[in-house]
Amino acid sequence: MSFPWAKHYEPKQPLMRWLDEKLPLPRLVYNAVGAGYPVPRNLNYFWNFGVLAGAALAIQIVTGIVLAMHFAANAGVAFGSVESIMRDVNAGWFLRYAHANGASMFLLVVYIHIGRGLYYGSYKAPREMVWLLGVVIFLLMMATAFMGYVLPWGQMSFWGAQVITGFFSAIPLVGESIRVWLLGGFAPDNATLNRFFSLHYLLPFVIAGVIVLHIWALHIPGSNNPTGVDVKGEQDTVPFHPYYTAKDAVGLGVFLLVFALLIFFSPNLLGHPDNYIEANPLSTPAHIVPEWYFLPFYAILKSFTADFILPAKLWGVLAMFGSILLLFFLPWLDSSPVRSANYRPTYRIFLIVLLLDVLVLGYVGGAEPIARNVVLGQIAAAYYFAHFLIILPLVAASERPRPLPGSITEAVLAKHGGTSPAKTAIA
Amino acid sequence: MVRLISLLVGAAFVGVLAIALFGTVATAISDPAPETAEAKYHQHPENIGLASNGFFGRFDRRQLQRGFQVYKEVCSACHSLKYVAFRDLADLGYSEGEVKAIATQWAIEQPSVNPETGEATTRKNIPSDRFPSPFANEVAARAANNNALPPDLSLMAKARHDGTNYIHALLMGYRAQPAALLKEFPGTKTPTGLHYNPWFANLNIAMPPPLTSDGQVPYADGTRATKDQMARDVAAFLTWTAEPKLERRHAAGLASVVFLLIFCFLAWGAYQNVWRDVKH
Repeated sequence: MSFPWAKHYEPKQPLMRWLDEKLPLPRLVYNAVGAGYPVPRNLNYFWNFGVLAGAALAIQIVTGIVLAMHFAANAGVAFGSVESIMRDVNAGWFLRYAHANGASMFLLVVYIHIGRGLYYGSYKAPREMVWLLGVVIFLLMMATAFMGYVLPWGQMSFWGAQVITGFFSAIPLVGESIRVWLLGGFAPDNATLNRFFSLHYLLPFVIAGVIVLHIWALHIPGSNNPTGVDVKGEQDTVPFHPYYTAKDAVGLGVFLLVFALLIFFSPNLLGHPDNYIEANPLSTPAHIVPEWYFLPFYAILKSFTADFILPAKLWGVLAMFGSILLLFFLPWLDSSPVRSANYRPTYRIFLIVLLLDVLVLGYVGGAEPIARNVVLGQIAAAYYFAHFLIILPLVAASERPRPLPGSITEAVLAKHGGTSPAKTAIA
Repeated sequence: MVRLISLLVGAAFVGVLAIALFGTVATAISDPAPETAEAKYHQHPENIGLASNGFFGRFDRRQLQRGFQVYKEVCSACHSLKYVAFRDLADLGYSEGEVKAIATQWAIEQPSVNPETGEATTRKNIPSDRFPSPFANEVAARAANNNALPPDLSLMAKARHDGTNYIHALLMGYRAQPAALLKEFPGTKTPTGLHYNPWFANLNIAMPPPLTSDGQVPYADGTRATKDQMARDVAAFLTWTAEPKLERRHAAGLASVVFLLIFCFLAWGAYQNVWRDVKH
């Protein structure tokens, strides 16, 4: 694990030496996010987002635990208990807005983190396991976010639960039984709210556990870098602390600044007004839409409007789950040995198109289903699948990559002008 | 093998989407969706620019008191305010005695139980009570309102898109149904018992025009009570009922932003200092 030139933990304090002998916890931290973890020296700001995701999870857990002290998971009083948090609990409005917008910030940061992985080929060997665990975390986050959105028991909570659990009824033969089993009844009700609260409290700790595995798996090959070139020697790396702790502090500051602007000055910007209306099983909202972070997947679901062998609804559900599950196969779909898209001119273009494509899907997911939007969604959904399942393997096989730099240090020095060996020596 | 299967799966999804796309286009051409009266005549509210807007926004307490007066004398006949307590009115600048007087003199009493007989009864409101509903239950509310249910107003400013401006626009938006609309969409005549209002989502609202004439609410502070003024004031009041902690939020926000800007500046300096000898 790690590189041979990694610094070793050598406690000088007798107390720390004693602790290191009995329980080497400081050693673990030192090797994980301290001076004992050598990291490529050329990481750009996109490498901040892993730490930011961890910070977002910590914020969600802390605010969530305090909110749970005041929230009542009962269909009769849940909505009112959220309002009492907003009005009567000390700083309750802050906790609740921080938690609700914290979910958006967490997903935003993770989407950028995933995008970083796609662009710089971080999913490729030898980091496949890091990627696979990351997709597991993403799936757990989606489940947690969905169940959390149900808890305030507003109109969108209720009808969102109705629609999302309705996906399972598309499964032939057993679908309806599965849906009823998941809800604990024929429609969302108290049983649903209670189990969602229980799972919403549990899953973040499962996510934290998988994050430990994610980081563990990362520390075996070490971090990727913008060139995608392997670390060749000590001159290619710097210790995580203080170099990247200092850089992450800058990223954390900017992250918190954006987060603060959202919480304090526009806390309902990303929410839906209907969720300030208490759940009413007898009144369906005009447009049922999920939170922004699910809109691209919702657009994929809605794009399947034709029955072909299977019913349209089943196609939609298969495609929606498939659109995430295909990420598990990505390390083997892309056979190109070059990691960074900076050196893959063809792949880079298709990847930028994919990014725009997902933004279009997000727009369509929230827009009214008029013909123009449906057509737009169907084209965008087709590109999404074509990109990962057809284009990516073909591009990987046929593309001629640009020449890679000899090492990370060489790339860094070329950027600063001049690649003479003398400069490499003193760098 | 993985790539072969993926190619087949990808081709299947793309193929089905192509069929669906063909169907969408064919339907759009052969059977285009008709334009609806709602889509064409529904209007979006204009911004009324309250004092509470913006980074430094604070409530105009005199306006909130006027808005409360409009709620008390007009809205409260049908609409409840169940998440707001009388004690909360202290935030509008009323003294403890005034809050107590408002609670005791409130026209609708608080449901209660006779301590001797156990029979259902009512008692005078006290500051810790929430505003009582004008109706005993939903059935009573519907029976009194042509089968429409007057919604609770506590959160109305957040429960509609652009809620504050919407409340003002809706209150000012009652008018005769345009002849052009009826000509273009026959069969959309506002049914009896409903009222045409292009700011309401489906254009026809059950609520009769609540603000009917200037001077309807004789303002205690002497402000001229035009219909527009009353609509603005009650929109401001309902913004407060929906978000009573707004001022505290803005103040905490400014402090946080200043703190975080200093933090970012220091972190940036530390970052430059740590990395000064390493090219990257």
